Amino acid sequence: MKQLETRVYQRENNHNIYHLIKESLSDIWKSRFLSRQLAERDIKAQYRQSYLGIVWAFVAPLMTGAIWIFLNLSGTIQVSETGIPYPVYAFSGTLIWSILTESINTPATSTKGARGLISKINFPKEALVVSGIYKLLFNSFLKIVMLIAFVFLFGVGFHWSLVFLPLAILAALLMGTTIGLFITPLSMLYSDVSRIISMGLGFLMYITPVVYSIPDSGIMRTLMLANPFTPLIVTTRDLLIGTNPEFIGYFSIALLICIPLLFIGMVFYRISIPIIVERSN
Amino acid sequence: MQEKEILVKAEGLSKKFCKDLKTSLWYGVKDLISNLSRDDHKRNLRDKEFWAVRNINFELRRGECLGLIGHNGAGKSTLLKILNGLIKPDEGKVTIKGKVGALIELGAGFNPILSGRENIYNNGAVLGFSRKEIEEKLNEIIDFAELREFIDMPVQNYSSGMKVRLGFAVAAQMEPDVLIIDEVLAVGDLGFVLKCFKTIDKILPKTAIVFVSHSMPTVSRVCNQIIVMEHGKSMYNGSNVGKGIDKYYARFIENESNVVFTDNSIELIDAKIESPKGQINWNDNLKVYYHFKLLKDIPVPEFFTIIVDKEQRPVALLEKNLSGVIIEKDGHIMFAVSHNELQLSKGIYSINIAVRSSVNKEPIYRKNSIINFQVIHENETWEPFLLKSTYEVCSYNNPLNKG
Repeated sequence: MKQLETRVYQRENNHNIYHLIKESLSDIWKSRFLSRQLAERDIKAQYRQSYLGIVWAFVAPLMTGAIWIFLNLSGTIQVSETGIPYPVYAFSGTLIWSILTESINTPATSTKGARGLISKINFPKEALVVSGIYKLLFNSFLKIVMLIAFVFLFGVGFHWSLVFLPLAILAALLMGTTIGLFITPLSMLYSDVSRIISMGLGFLMYITPVVYSIPDSGIMRTLMLANPFTPLIVTTRDLLIGTNPEFIGYFSIALLICIPLLFIGMVFYRISIPIIVERSN
Repeated sequence: MQEKEILVKAEGLSKKFCKDLKTSLWYGVKDLISNLSRDDHKRNLRDKEFWAVRNINFELRRGECLGLIGHNGAGKSTLLKILNGLIKPDEGKVTIKGKVGALIELGAGFNPILSGRENIYNNGAVLGFSRKEIEEKLNEIIDFAELREFIDMPVQNYSSGMKVRLGFAVAAQMEPDVLIIDEVLAVGDLGFVLKCFKTIDKILPKTAIVFVSHSMPTVSRVCNQIIVMEHGKSMYNGSNVGKGIDKYYARFIENESNVVFTDNSIELIDAKIESPKGQINWNDNLKVYYHFKLLKDIPVPEFFTIIVDKEQRPVALLEKNLSGVIIEKDGHIMFAVSHNELQLSKGIYSINIAVRSSVNKEPIYRKNSIINFQVIHENETWEPFLLKSTYEVCSYNNPLNKG
């Protein structure tokens, strides 16, 4: 007789964080097919119902970039010298920013999209997060291709640092997902949360060097330097165009802090789901 | 026979819910936070909370089937969610051994735009199959669902019956140790329902099943344990399925009789049956006494005594009165109707009276549940009639071949 897996459901949580992380990781491994299948389903369904399909993945950040380029070229707004052709600066900024915001929002959108599922069927909920990451990777891949195309189009040319670009993008995904995991349980309960987040991110973009560079002095400089997204955007852009990545130190620290936080976020998400199912379905 | 292993064990399960949404959400936030701390103190009801499930205990072994019955909102679905691990109990504990399958929603994970074939993969993945398992079973699933012709059509163009068929076909491939079934089988055409039961009968011996249903004939057929829930508590918990079902029905017996229709030409004053405490032994005589008052000057109408069972299904009709047998006196009609050797099977029944004009045969009066009575017999029978029968020995070619 084979040994049967035993599950116990009770009030008391197992508070051993290592144990929880282990369970979480083993569920991610066990549900690898489910995560892929869910991502495949959503991507297929999304594009089967549209003619422009894939274009929508990057049209919004490109539009934002285009607006800024127009404002700059027409002289409406004078941005400080960026050191590289402004279109490359603006497009790279908006595309990287969009990767970041998308990865912050994805855990919540994936979980909300599966509301009906999580209240009916017991499956590893981590699969929702992982399928979200797959979708992000898919969209981000297109954006990276775009970015590289711009680099050549505007004559910046090839640099070996481009090789590290995917790593920087991965870091952005990681950071965004970590933040997203902590937000998701609350935003499943209150619809206010996701509104606040999208508004907050709108403001945050203007204290991050997305469409203009860090000024030499003043309050804006202080804000931008304190902003943890600044090293992410700047370093990624530096790798793209091959300049010396001046924020690499700050970037590494942010990333190192993020990794343990990602695991804690994962555990928080895991133990929060039953409460969400109970309260908001 | 050797006792089989216990697969499901529930000990003192309780769950509380909140009546007010805003408060509930706020408690949710508090729970999220207290989840992080080691705050596991005894939980009492907070403001606006109530027990949706209270102190449920049972053990279920392989090959057993537990029926969970109760009126709407009695806490059955909440209990199922706890058993399925979707929500945590506030008190108590469930221990489940083996692979758990749940037939709570068929076709989970379907995307309407994608084809049936693609959705088999989606649904299968959600139910925990691997890609390899699905590929092996793909043909079997398509054949079981009888959808080969339409398998590459988007699911949004399927009828709801077809969707359910496809969902069940995938779910039927599960080989669970514990199976949780909510009332999903109520949909679909007859052929499909029969197919579902055949599948369940096939897996029953290898599985412990928890079955929620409002269909008592089904419960009595498949279950060998029963829990009757009311307001979250178990009102009956045991292996006497018939007794449990009676308790469930007892809640619905309406002593309140009600006039369903009248054209104000006649009125029922009183009705009685000739038997103590409304109990009749099987094969005894049934005699009903009526007293009507005529409100208008009409000829004596036709009376129909209808016997309905506890699910309000009509099971029998007493012959109507022949003209001239009953007479009117000073605007009152009094009569009795008898049926000898009543062979209704054991259970609770009630009588509806319908009155029809003897001139144009139009209905003029109807009153439901005027009398309740119980038929007593030592054996539980699910068919509505237990007909008196005699047996004799006869040779095999006799008398059919006599020609």
